[in-house]
Amino acid sequence: MSNPATPDGANSPRRAIDAVNASLKRRYAAEKRFRLMGMSAVILGLAFVAILFVDIVAKGWPAFQQTSIQLPIYFDAQVIDPEGTREADTLSRANYVVLARDALRAQFPDVQGRTDVRALNAMLSPGVPQQLRELVMADPSLIGTTQEIWLIADDDVDQFVKGAIPRDVPELERRVKDQTVAWIDALDERGRIEKKFNTTFFTAGASREPELAGIAGALMGSFYTLVLTLLFSFPIAVGAALYLEEFAPKNKWTDIIEVNINNLAAVPSIVFGLLGLAVFISFFGVPRSTPLVGALVLTLMTLPTIIIASRAALKSVPPSIREAALGVGASPLQTQFHHVLPLAMPGMLTGTIIGMAQALGETAPLLMIGMIAFIVDIPGGFTDPSTVLPVQIFLWADSPERGFIEKTSAAIMVLLGFLLLMNLTAVLLRRKFERRW
Amino acid sequence: MNKTLIAVAVTAAAASFATHALARDAISIVGSSTVFPFSTAVAENFGRTSSFKTPKVESTGTGGGMKLFCSGVGVNHPDITNASRGMKASEFDNCAANGVKEVVEVKIGFDGIAIANSKAAREYDLTLKEIWLALAKDVPDPKGGDALVANPYKTWKEVNPALPDAKIEVLGPPPTSGTRDAFVELAMEGGCNAIDSIKALKKADEKKHKAVCHGVREDGVFVEAGENDNLIVQKLVANPNAIGIFGFSFLDQNADKIQGAKINGVSPTYETIASGDYPVSRSIYFYVKKAHVGTIPGIAEFVKEFTSDAAWGPEGYLADKGLISLPDAERAKWASSAQAMEPMAKPSK
Repeated sequence: MSNPATPDGANSPRRAIDAVNASLKRRYAAEKRFRLMGMSAVILGLAFVAILFVDIVAKGWPAFQQTSIQLPIYFDAQVIDPEGTREADTLSRANYVVLARDALRAQFPDVQGRTDVRALNAMLSPGVPQQLRELVMADPSLIGTTQEIWLIADDDVDQFVKGAIPRDVPELERRVKDQTVAWIDALDERGRIEKKFNTTFFTAGASREPELAGIAGALMGSFYTLVLTLLFSFPIAVGAALYLEEFAPKNKWTDIIEVNINNLAAVPSIVFGLLGLAVFISFFGVPRSTPLVGALVLTLMTLPTIIIASRAALKSVPPSIREAALGVGASPLQTQFHHVLPLAMPGMLTGTIIGMAQALGETAPLLMIGMIAFIVDIPGGFTDPSTVLPVQIFLWADSPERGFIEKTSAAIMVLLGFLLLMNLTAVLLRRKFERRW
Repeated sequence: MNKTLIAVAVTAAAASFATHALARDAISIVGSSTVFPFSTAVAENFGRTSSFKTPKVESTGTGGGMKLFCSGVGVNHPDITNASRGMKASEFDNCAANGVKEVVEVKIGFDGIAIANSKAAREYDLTLKEIWLALAKDVPDPKGGDALVANPYKTWKEVNPALPDAKIEVLGPPPTSGTRDAFVELAMEGGCNAIDSIKALKKADEKKHKAVCHGVREDGVFVEAGENDNLIVQKLVANPNAIGIFGFSFLDQNADKIQGAKINGVSPTYETIASGDYPVSRSIYFYVKKAHVGTIPGIAEFVKEFTSDAAWGPEGYLADKGLISLPDAERAKWASSAQAMEPMAKPSK
């Protein structure tokens, strides 16, 4: 409007520049404000992430340590293998708990009476016999010798040593009684109680005893489920995207399909669980609670995400690539597979990793197909009953024992680590496939 | 290379699946999340001490568990379901209609529901009537008369002048939870029947009586704090004015931080719940499909382990997990009927 070349402008030659100058300040201010807002949004976001991480790490850190009690265990041949056959069956059935209890009694010879002895025995974890059994099975020559062995302490003792059960509350309200506190202090004085790195957490499956519970079962379950989900969903999704984007005629049918795919991406995940129960389990008879059925359901859930991302990636490949390929005589199929697909691959991988991350964190659809379950044995294949990481977190968060609070946070740390590993793989794959022109 | 990998994986999956569908060597247990901690403890112990595989325990809720359990006989259907209430007649009929004719009922023990607050505040001593008056959606007009009005009470003092002058603020489980069902049935219904005019309503209009007794207020005084009882405990510690409703085992584990309120003059302790003096407690059960005994290895042995005194006795390992044992005579009776696999009769309602 205000063109300085007009006669009006000649009368007041500085008007336009004045207007610009006046607005310039305002425009700079607006930009500054926007930048500030953007920056504060980022800082706020980072602050929340930092708080979350600090909280999780602070709570979960103690779970990587486990209180152990060192006792001189006499591997009594009379108890383990009275006939001296050294057969595996005899060794595995022996009453190992007696060995540990005798060793503990020897530390406190003045403990008498049934209740007191029970309380003393309760300091050792119910996993101790298993621990001794494994030692003897691995090395039968231990029988007849005395060894100093670090035995797993009970979760109450563990929580007390870590300070999660306070010492200064009245005895009646404390799970660890004065008597046990005195024993812990005595063991501490003799240097027989110590916090050690908790290998059980990484090697064991689920347990109702916090000191014996581990993440390995859920980790393997998540691994098997995700491998299958990737194998099922990636080829189907890429194929569907390629066909819809490059080959399918544009008519009302493809429009309907497109709208439906976009809608499916927004369907609550529990619906896929119900579908999985009705179709895969009830109709096709796929076994419940297995990574196979979990992967089938999660495939349904992640397909729309990957299809949408893959189509966007295909769209971003410049048409000149296709035209050039067709121009030198490539068939449409060759054009797509030799030229378009490799260029779209990085975008497709990003979409896939988003879909996989979604699948990794999902619990709702798994409820219906029986993966919210207590499974002690570590799954060894695609059809073994198993559970997944977020379900394990949920189950631990819901357990009354105090020892599970730290386990919950530690499991979250493992889940985040798993996610990080997945993302890293995606970044590396993208680097490998990425082409610039 | 990629294609062969996929083909191999799919064939391997299909092959192992085909062999899996024929047989199952581990017991499959479904059902209540209340019984879950006990069932899993027995399952773990059973797996550790016997030569059988560790049973798989799913937490599906009582109703969901019954549905799965009653869906048929065969390896694709669970062997045992846990329940935080007795099996209903309708569920029994549904079972029978699907060929699940012989079901063995085992009563395990009791589960108390605690009403508790932070140690930093004073201990509450409530009656069921006061609980109902504080939490019901509609209550009789405090100004007199039998007409029902939207709950006007804001502080405990208004409910009963003897109670502290503190805002009513109750954290409890959502309607999807079995704990909420039990709380409503035991505490709320017990409380509203303490008022004569509402008790009389039961005979006149049972439906309305139920709506009045079971209606929980929705004006923000009762906060649905989610299914996670640990979370409620944490919130109680952070907010000494609030009162929480959750399972007894969480009170037992956190006795250094929270205290249970007396209900009708009785504190929630192991002894009072076991004797039945504490009014807000329910029985918990599990049900065994007799047709699977002998087909799926280890069911009889699992039931034997569960009903041994080393597990469910007053000094057994389930007591450590918060189970409240049955009295000795009743326990012996249930143990013998369970181990003999005597099928249950159709429940009366």
